Amino acid sequence: MSQVSGGAGELAILVEGLTKSFGDVHALRGIDLSVPRGTVLGVLGPNGAGKTTAVRILTTLLLPDGGRAVVEGHDVVREAAAVRRSIGLAGQSAAIQEELTGRENLEIIGRLYHLSWPRARSRAVELLEQFGLSDAADRAAKTYSGGMQRRLDLAASLVGQPQVLFLDEPTTGLDPRSRLGMWDIIRSLVAGGTTILLTTQYLDEADELADEIVVIDHGQVIAAGTSEELKSRVGGDVVEFTVPDRSRITGAVAAIAEIGDGEPHADPETGVVSIGVGSRGSEALVDAVRSLDAAGIEIRDLSLRRPSLDDVFLALTGHAAEEEELGGRRRGRRGSRAGRAGREEDARATS
Amino acid sequence: MTTITASAGVHGAGDPSLRTRFGWAVTDTLTITRRNLLVWMRVPAYLMFTVIQPVMFVLLFRFVFGGAIPVHVPGGYVNFLLPGIIAQTAAFATFGTAIALAQELKKGVIDRFRSMPMARSAVLAGRLVADTGRMLVTILIIVGVGYAVGFRFMNGVIPAIGMVLLATVFGLAICCISAYTGLAIGDEESVQAFGLIWLFPLTFLSSAFVPIPTMPGWLQAFAYHNPVTYVVNAMRALALGSSLVDPLGPNLWKSLVWIAGIFVVFLPLAVRAYRRAS
Repeated sequence: MSQVSGGAGELAILVEGLTKSFGDVHALRGIDLSVPRGTVLGVLGPNGAGKTTAVRILTTLLLPDGGRAVVEGHDVVREAAAVRRSIGLAGQSAAIQEELTGRENLEIIGRLYHLSWPRARSRAVELLEQFGLSDAADRAAKTYSGGMQRRLDLAASLVGQPQVLFLDEPTTGLDPRSRLGMWDIIRSLVAGGTTILLTTQYLDEADELADEIVVIDHGQVIAAGTSEELKSRVGGDVVEFTVPDRSRITGAVAAIAEIGDGEPHADPETGVVSIGVGSRGSEALVDAVRSLDAAGIEIRDLSLRRPSLDDVFLALTGHAAEEEELGGRRRGRRGSRAGRAGREEDARATS
Repeated sequence: MTTITASAGVHGAGDPSLRTRFGWAVTDTLTITRRNLLVWMRVPAYLMFTVIQPVMFVLLFRFVFGGAIPVHVPGGYVNFLLPGIIAQTAAFATFGTAIALAQELKKGVIDRFRSMPMARSAVLAGRLVADTGRMLVTILIIVGVGYAVGFRFMNGVIPAIGMVLLATVFGLAICCISAYTGLAIGDEESVQAFGLIWLFPLTFLSSAFVPIPTMPGWLQAFAYHNPVTYVVNAMRALALGSSLVDPLGPNLWKSLVWIAGIFVVFLPLAVRAYRRAS
């Protein structure tokens, strides 16, 4: 088998000019990615941005229309079988047969990776142990919690000891505690040397786990870099506060208009007002308090923070990360923004 | 948590030989077969559908409708009925094939398998093998229940085995059609509804339950040329003896031609639908 030229010794994944259309829908309009071995690439974007299409091409499930993709030195089109021997794919519990026990599920996957029966059995035991599922090993997977099913699914993707792991929205729909557990597992995989490509719509997830982040929107890479690099593109610190009395938002915006670098951003639904203040952090904070006090506007939750990937997404695309989502899945603002998300939902419910 | 090691690589570089790949195709198919049979045994509803329902049909036709259906067959209606109900059950068993494949497609199971270095044919092949095995179990149960309510093979052991085999091969052919519909439609409820639309007329508008001459003329035309009729007639001849019912020869070769035709058309269609499935 020939090594693809330009497959690059240190790169686990190389994608160049990848395109894919479904009829009139241009899912990918020419994306480039490169993932060095042993690192985590976070692919960030709203639903329908093209993340899943990219993963499906890289895992040999879908043929690209144009461009090329190389995984562990193997072309995903011409050397699909070799690619499949190097990768693992996990995501939303699809590999799990709910009627079977955790142990049976992993043993069967082991057999499908052509392990001998004794080896398939011992590999199942190892993985159940590593993923904290030993106690539940002989229970049907349908009795597992969502977090346990997701862990079992991830364990299944590791049966073949892949060098490159694709995680397609691994924590979508998980409760916060299971999510943190999943993050720990992913970190330990990286520590063990696995290369990971992780798609997510959660900005904090990419921020936490990824060495490099690419932001995809409408089938194109609109930004790439480390979390810090992306944040610095938004420009410095952000002063943010909440105006409990929504009628005073306009006044608040006017009061602080002079303290920052650009226009303040106000969300009329949540009452959250923010403004980029460059490197004048604490000084701007004091200015903001003075101006708002002088204008007689009551505020809450005043903070000075580094820009989040939320800000990055807003700055890059002009819309928030979850705007294109369907109702009922607005989970992206969990974590540091949980309170805000809650209030947002409340505001919707009462309006 | 301790470090989880994943990057060792169980597989050497290089593509395996053709012979190794064929061996894998067989073991992968058996692994998937085992998985499907385990699931079948774990879900009471599936067992119910494949065992209880056919038995109820036997009892219903034997004791409720049977008395009103005049047949000129040695041993009476129960001997006429059994081959027909076995053929129908074999066809109906493929509902499960279509539904399971549609579910696996929708849930992403098939995608996951296709991202693994297993034989690509194994998901479909394992499904067909498991469902055929399941079908065979059901057929044997019906024969057992049939014996309890008066059915008797009257033509010797070898033809009796031939009857069971013919029913199974016919069921496997219908399985290919169902596999294709399941993969092509890809939605559990639609697949189920669609199955009713073609499987009910196909099996009931045949010689399975009533003598065709009792049907109105326009329906006879369909029933006489229905492949299920050929299969059921051949099964009856195998079970009871050619001299007492419709002759074996013409019905058997027509059955086999139909079954071969179904394989030739629908197996490639199912394979293509599986490859395209996404």
